[in-house]
Amino acid sequence: MTVVAGVHEPALALHVEDLTASYAHQAVLWDVDLNVPPGVLAAIVGPNGAGKSTLLRCIIGALRPNAGHVYVHGRPYREQRRRVAYVPQRTSVDWDFPTTALDVVTMGLYGRLGWFRRPRRTEADEALEALAMVGMDAFADRQIAQLSGGQQQRVFLARALVQDADLYLMDEPFAGVDATTERAIVDLLKDLRARGKTVVAVHHDLQTVATYFDWLALLNVRVIAQGPVTEVYTAENLRAAYGPRVVLLGATEGAPAAAAASPAGGPPAEEARTPVA
Amino acid sequence: MTALQAWLDTPSVTIVAVGALVGVAATLLGTFLVLRRESMLSDAISHSVLLGIVGAYLLTGTLDTPLHVVGAALAGLATVVLTDLLVRSRRVKQDAAIGLVFPALFAAAVLLINVYARDVHLDADAVLLGEIAFAWLDVVRVGELEVARSLLTMLVVTAVNLAFVTLLYKELKLSTFDPALAVALGLRPGLIGLALLSLLSVTAVGAFDAVGAILFVAFVIVPPTAAYLLTDRLWRMLAYGSAIAVASSVIGYRVAVALDVSIGGSMASVTGAFLFLALAFGPRHGLIARALRRRAPQPPPAAAGAGTAAVPTAAREGVDTRTPAPALITTGGGR
Repeated sequence: MTVVAGVHEPALALHVEDLTASYAHQAVLWDVDLNVPPGVLAAIVGPNGAGKSTLLRCIIGALRPNAGHVYVHGRPYREQRRRVAYVPQRTSVDWDFPTTALDVVTMGLYGRLGWFRRPRRTEADEALEALAMVGMDAFADRQIAQLSGGQQQRVFLARALVQDADLYLMDEPFAGVDATTERAIVDLLKDLRARGKTVVAVHHDLQTVATYFDWLALLNVRVIAQGPVTEVYTAENLRAAYGPRVVLLGATEGAPAAAAASPAGGPPAEEARTPVA
Repeated sequence: MTALQAWLDTPSVTIVAVGALVGVAATLLGTFLVLRRESMLSDAISHSVLLGIVGAYLLTGTLDTPLHVVGAALAGLATVVLTDLLVRSRRVKQDAAIGLVFPALFAAAVLLINVYARDVHLDADAVLLGEIAFAWLDVVRVGELEVARSLLTMLVVTAVNLAFVTLLYKELKLSTFDPALAVALGLRPGLIGLALLSLLSVTAVGAFDAVGAILFVAFVIVPPTAAYLLTDRLWRMLAYGSAIAVASSVIGYRVAVALDVSIGGSMASVTGAFLFLALAFGPRHGLIARALRRRAPQPPPAAAGAGTAAVPTAAREGVDTRTPAPALITTGGGR
């Protein structure tokens, strides 16, 4: 396990300690320690059922873990809600819900508004500004079911942007979006990093992880490895996370690898191909 | 004052007003239940609250205490909590769990009535069908006025539900649309869900005398479902649903008198007629609108966001090709 040496809790944007979670006596996360320094784009990567989404849901308190602690910038999550923005999986909500794109973005401000207070003009303006940042301001009044998958994902990102957080937790932000949106989201993440924000995203595409992200945590119920992507992204670590069937493209043993995971099944095969840039 | 009293003394006014209030109170909560896909919890709750009423009666020896409202709310919560426990055991699915819990509680209530309260006005017929036609007979004094008891009850219940939905509008909306974000923001969607179902239980008790358990379910589910087909905005769904509930009460009463049939049954049937109309003539989701769109597909909109271009739900996945590529995300925004 590659633990960052010398970091202290307050110096970490996200610090997860001894986290264990289970569904019906089956451990989904086992003794997870996760350390993400501020100002990085961190990917949480692992096979299906590795507990990636569960980890995010435990961090925000939507699931109660059996054990463990979560600290954000040195303090417990509950005290730091205003500094965290969460983007759930796009498919986790009902897009037939009777509401507009602008209204969904405004929901990001509900925490700041607090109980009972209604969003007003200021909030609507902020939400519209966030929609403009993802190129969706022209769709503000659209009912959300009329948006494409990529547009829906942008609306979710705008909702996170409007929170003006320090830590952004994203569950599969690239799932089911078109190439244009994927490109746009990458630019957006890099812009967040340039402004000193931290992003922790669940990601499933091994092919792009090394180009999109600079920090990596490999997860398979346990944390297999974590650290700078250049150090963690090795054939050895990927095999430890995915099993021997992972297909590595142009990888040499022990060296940082540009790799793609084979979907479960298919014979293990080493292919000689140049890494995808 | 006397004019108001004369108005209140008119049976038809009382009956229509009670029906309308039951309809509005049920619709306000039912809208969120329908959107949460938990409509059938209203069926369960409307039955199991009987146990709460019987429990309160056995404790106090009378039906005239506010305690039976508390008992009903507790029985309603018990339904939800027990269902949740069964689901979490992972042995039964939610629909089966609901089906296991509420007949058990209802059966217990019926047995308790048989054993301890045989001579009380708490018979199964009244519970299932209500007796709105007699709503005006049972009156209470409020200051100078004599008001039908069920009218007064439903006025209070409707006011409470309206306050709940108005004050907690954004909390209810987010808890329903995206509970995970609601948790992340600290808005306690679990607590809001329990409050919603407690109020539903109390509303069920209020509606018992008037329309009974079955017709109450119709008022919880049908007006919101019809309104859902008519609009794409949540607040309009609440408003349209309430309007449909009121109209159903008025028209339902007229129809019942004309045909000499059950008033509650007639009111519920009219909500069904509204649902049919919404299903046929709804502007976007309606069958006719869809058929017309299929025959004459619309050209792609000229500019991004030009009005609300009608896109058939079946073609949603194809929207991307029909709308111009949106501008790239602008970087370096000043947020």
